Amino acid sequence: MDMNRRQFFKVCAVGLGGSSLAALGVAPPTAFADQVRHFKLARTIETRNTCPYCSVGCGLIMYSQGDAAKNVAQNIIHIEGDADHPVNRGTLCPKGAGLLDFIHSPNRLKHPEVREPGSNEWKRISWDEALDRIARLMKDDRDANFIERNAAGQTVNRWLSTGFLAASASSNEAGYITHKVVRSLGILGFDNQARV
Amino acid sequence: MSSQDIIARSATTTPMPSVRQVDEVAKLIDVSKCIGCKACQVACSEWNELRDEVGHNHGTYDNPADLTASSWTLMRFTEHETESDSLEWLIRKDGCMHCAEPGCLAACPSPGAIVKYANGIVDFNQDKCIGCGYCITGCPFNIPRISAKDHKAYKCTLCSDRVAVGLEPACVKTCPTGAIVFGTKEAMKQHAEERIVDLRSRGFAQAGLYDPPGVGGTHVMYVLHHADQPSLYAGLPDDPQISPMVSLWKGITKPLGLLGMGLVALLGFFHYVRVGRNVVEEDEHGPDPAVHQVDPAVHPYDPREPRV
Amino acid sequence: MTNHWVDIKNADLVLIMGGNAAEAHPCGFKWVTEAKAHNKARLIVVDPRFTRSASVADLYAPIRAGSDIAFLGGLINYLLEHDRIQHEYVRNYTDATFIVKEGFGFENGLFNGYDPNTRSYPDKSAWGYERGEDGYVLTDPTLSHPRCVFNLLKQHYSRYTADVVSNICGTPKDAMLKVWEAIAETAAPDKTMTIMYALGWTQHSVGSQMIRTGAMVQLLLGNIGMPGGGMNALRGHSNIQGLTDLGLLSNLLPGYLTLPSDAEQDYAAYIARRTSQPLRPGQLSYWQNYEKFHVSLMKAWYGKNAAAENNWGYDWLPKLDIPGYDVLKVFDMMYEGKINGYFCQGFNPIAAFPNKAKVAAGLARLKFLVVMDPLATDTSEFWRNAGDFNDVDPAQIQTTVFRLPTSCFAEEDGSLVNSGRWLQWHWKGAEPPGEARTDIAIMAGLFIRLRELYRSEGGAYPEPILNLDWPYLKPEEPSPEELAREFSGKALEDLTDPATGALLVKAGEQLSGFAQLRADGSTASGCWIFCGSWSAQGNLMARRDNADPYGMGQTLGWAWSWPANRRILYNRASADPSGKPWNPQKKRLVWWNGKAWTGTDVPDFKADSPPEDGMGPFIMNPEGVARFFAVDRMAEGPFPEHYEPFETPIGRNPLHPDNPQATCNPAARVFKGDLEVFGKAEEFPYVATTYRLTEHFHFWTKHCRLNAITQPEQFVEIGEALARELGIAAGDRVKVSSNRGYIRAVAVVTKRIRPLTVDGKTVHQVGIPLHWGFSGVARNGYLTNTLTPFVGDGNTQTPEFKSFLVNVEKA
Repeated sequence: MDMNRRQFFKVCAVGLGGSSLAALGVAPPTAFADQVRHFKLARTIETRNTCPYCSVGCGLIMYSQGDAAKNVAQNIIHIEGDADHPVNRGTLCPKGAGLLDFIHSPNRLKHPEVREPGSNEWKRISWDEALDRIARLMKDDRDANFIERNAAGQTVNRWLSTGFLAASASSNEAGYITHKVVRSLGILGFDNQARV
Repeated sequence: MSSQDIIARSATTTPMPSVRQVDEVAKLIDVSKCIGCKACQVACSEWNELRDEVGHNHGTYDNPADLTASSWTLMRFTEHETESDSLEWLIRKDGCMHCAEPGCLAACPSPGAIVKYANGIVDFNQDKCIGCGYCITGCPFNIPRISAKDHKAYKCTLCSDRVAVGLEPACVKTCPTGAIVFGTKEAMKQHAEERIVDLRSRGFAQAGLYDPPGVGGTHVMYVLHHADQPSLYAGLPDDPQISPMVSLWKGITKPLGLLGMGLVALLGFFHYVRVGRNVVEEDEHGPDPAVHQVDPAVHPYDPREPRV
Repeated sequence: MTNHWVDIKNADLVLIMGGNAAEAHPCGFKWVTEAKAHNKARLIVVDPRFTRSASVADLYAPIRAGSDIAFLGGLINYLLEHDRIQHEYVRNYTDATFIVKEGFGFENGLFNGYDPNTRSYPDKSAWGYERGEDGYVLTDPTLSHPRCVFNLLKQHYSRYTADVVSNICGTPKDAMLKVWEAIAETAAPDKTMTIMYALGWTQHSVGSQMIRTGAMVQLLLGNIGMPGGGMNALRGHSNIQGLTDLGLLSNLLPGYLTLPSDAEQDYAAYIARRTSQPLRPGQLSYWQNYEKFHVSLMKAWYGKNAAAENNWGYDWLPKLDIPGYDVLKVFDMMYEGKINGYFCQGFNPIAAFPNKAKVAAGLARLKFLVVMDPLATDTSEFWRNAGDFNDVDPAQIQTTVFRLPTSCFAEEDGSLVNSGRWLQWHWKGAEPPGEARTDIAIMAGLFIRLRELYRSEGGAYPEPILNLDWPYLKPEEPSPEELAREFSGKALEDLTDPATGALLVKAGEQLSGFAQLRADGSTASGCWIFCGSWSAQGNLMARRDNADPYGMGQTLGWAWSWPANRRILYNRASADPSGKPWNPQKKRLVWWNGKAWTGTDVPDFKADSPPEDGMGPFIMNPEGVARFFAVDRMAEGPFPEHYEPFETPIGRNPLHPDNPQATCNPAARVFKGDLEVFGKAEEFPYVATTYRLTEHFHFWTKHCRLNAITQPEQFVEIGEALARELGIAAGDRVKVSSNRGYIRAVAVVTKRIRPLTVDGKTVHQVGIPLHWGFSGVARNGYLTNTLTPFVGDGNTQTPEFKSFLVNVEKA
């Protein structure tokens, strides 16, 4: 990063030469070449989305690199506001304007993992192992603790020993199917971020 | 934009092409609408692919604490108590003003490292920058910063790449409250007039436009509630002028080309001083290496400290 | 929001109280600046801190955290005393004329029927209306009856004089009166004020009643249903509105239908209890259609298996023995060791819930925890030692933790509901990283496995699992389009007009709206208020026509708004009783054209009910009008009363200094053990309030470099006077402690928080932003909820994050 002696002399020499020529009123015509940075969105693909943070629901345009050809993994390289959107009209707050760093956060999770009892580390596992193990734990707990009737003999069909916190930014479609599944199991300890 | 759009070029005395007659553009920052959300800071860094260091909180909302080679704009927060004991939280977006008579360009010794386009944008060309720091000396607003990584000067480009293809700068587009607007300089002055009428109706008798004549006017202007006291806004210069040091330098280079060479040698000396300092600042407890340390030797005056 | 973001531009006055829209909703706040710039609107901010919203306000008044009911109650008294109300609106569109039962009373801070042992009002029978022989409520249009709601309201708030209020809130009297006077101006029928609030009102032990008081002010001023008016809850998260609409709460079903209680063993009685009959002649009382919504939901979930013979699967719904298993209740049970398994889908409870020590101890008592998230949350690593930030011993924690990577917004299709009730569709732009999957795929993967286990092994009550309808083309990952069509709804049989026999909708076709739903099993709709969002015309949520022909900002062709694409709720009230807009020049929303209701918005009303029939604008209420008197629906009583926060800096309620039962919310639930860890002012003398900053979003953006740069490190805000007293300078590190724990942070010393004089004492307030934790790319810090008390609002159980007691020392 830092200059070594040779670079330093080079810089001085260029500086000296350039300034001298300038001082003498001679500027090379080639130096007038186009120097504005290339516009990076010229051929990107645009996808409409909605900001996942607060409830203003700002419209976004996500720009991804690649032309969606078979051999390309589209990579989102820039996000800005959707100028057509009636609420945000192209604007974004500091969170929305920084969404690129959410998508590409170093802390994005990439693989299912498990932390075993008493352990101090994560262990990578397959999706099948993760879902099979969780389903087994759920069923064992439900079978052991499901309440069909209360003390008064009334039909109540509830499962209280497992709870579920639903998301606050997942889509309606994800929320709908989550509700459908969770209630079919009889779970009542079910809430979302609306409560807090 | 290409060379035909250039109307001024650092350290160059040949006539500029100035072929294209384009409207001058301007960014207007309405301080009275600004909520200091820093969306412009983030959008600027996102668009320009800059990621500054994650710094510290120094007891204020200002973060990063100062402009750097990777932070080209930032919010400066001032808590101001008025005579009537009411509080105003004055928040000013700081960054390059794109002066009509840019002090940086006048001071720059490297041909073509700083150019001014016909539309008013003042842009740095890092390929030609020699890292001397004279642009900082020449800037009455203390804006450019030298990168510790490549020893080149950086500052806001007014998103010259976006403007060149017909878009507005990234900070303008993102601004949630419309405190930053963009258009021709004429349109922005007209917009400012409407804002000033509104502000006067809300009791700000001194509301006005900041377009300082000392630098020939700027292509980044402010609407201020207290236009009579710009320095209230985190030391915005009341009457910015190009530093006398720059005039002096310019005054002797023209007749005395050879002395110019001598000055370049002097600049090499300054450069050596700076590079040498950065080398020894590798210690992680030292100042942030991405932050250009303002050298008092080349800074006769710091615009953040109002002149007496 | 009763209204929506763009409509704020139609306001003449904006009141931001119990929220900080500039900071938490900057892009929505643009419509405040727009109202100021182009509608000559004024902005008022009332907040404990001089916030970024206050920085652009015309008027700012400080207030002690947790005293908003007093401020607003005083405003009600001011409006009534000075006769600054919208008379015709109050008389025709509210319950002001309704006569209340004789037994109703209020004494020394408590309504009648209180039981201190259960901390509740078990007997609310007197909190009701006088009924006539025809069964309808008795009214007095002259407002002279001593027990008409109007006079009871007047009497209740007559105690809230300017001096009393200033003494409780600490708001200087002159600033307060300036605010009240500016608000009173919007009583003019052609002027409106909008109220924008958020968690600054919900996160109190009396949060629901604060919001009610705000709504009552709006009713007195005639501002509900009006363009530029309304009560606008600024929801915190991108789809918290949608997930609430879809009923993902302990006691709810989609569309604000409710789960049965244990006592409701009989299906017909369950339905009858929710089928509210009109309380006044000629009222719509739309919940009369409850069974249509309920049966259509059960058909969407259980398909052919839900039939009239099994009461549409009534027994498959779990029944509640208590009002609800909200998060505080569940975490209290977890702490007691009564919960074995827990799922966190995109949620970070160790950071988001009060009293981190208690939450963490609860998590450590689980057998298994499943975290589904795009990011590595603090909760997923609650077992990891992070020094002082999370000082635990992993070896002692026996919880198995699964962490499942999910896609984020950019990597999936679907819809979100914004605060203005717009359902907006979005599209996928890239594949998720690594092996991450959608939440839909994870839920489907778990369900299919469970169903298979119950099929092959049997087990406890397998019927609801085996009978659940799963008609998706890819059962392991239903498409968002299939699910959206399912919650919108379709005809299961040909639907014909009962009067003419004409075919309305063919079997299998999507429905156009909830008016087509039936209770006979011939329709399916997974969420009745979303019915019509995906109609025979296709996906209306994906519409992108932003035309605004009237310039009112209603953009009816953009996306789709529930209910029935109506943009402003109760908009019938924007017209006078004869059907003409109160302000025909600038605030035209709906009007009667001689044959039908029409307008710049879709009328939220029965389209063919002529004004002379007298149907009220509040069509969901059996009264047909809005309620000042909450009857038996609020835990604390029909009229909001000021109670102190559970951690009060003054130790008594200045309104009822001699009644300790009325110091704090008498009907709030307090768990055993939590009462003991409430702090007292002697030890913790400063009022603390927690909040978010504009640079960050909860605990997500600490994982995002760009946001970490703009606010890198945890801090607390301390007023200059307190800092001087404690010898703290800006940039010093300080220790802030409550009776539950401590945090250390940098001090931001500010002029923006001034000491207030409350009940004769000087009260200092301390501001604590909440965005840091022990993971992320921002500098690690303490979870702010280490400090907060484990007590919630008496109705919603939303924790009291906005007002509690701390001590501050130089660290």
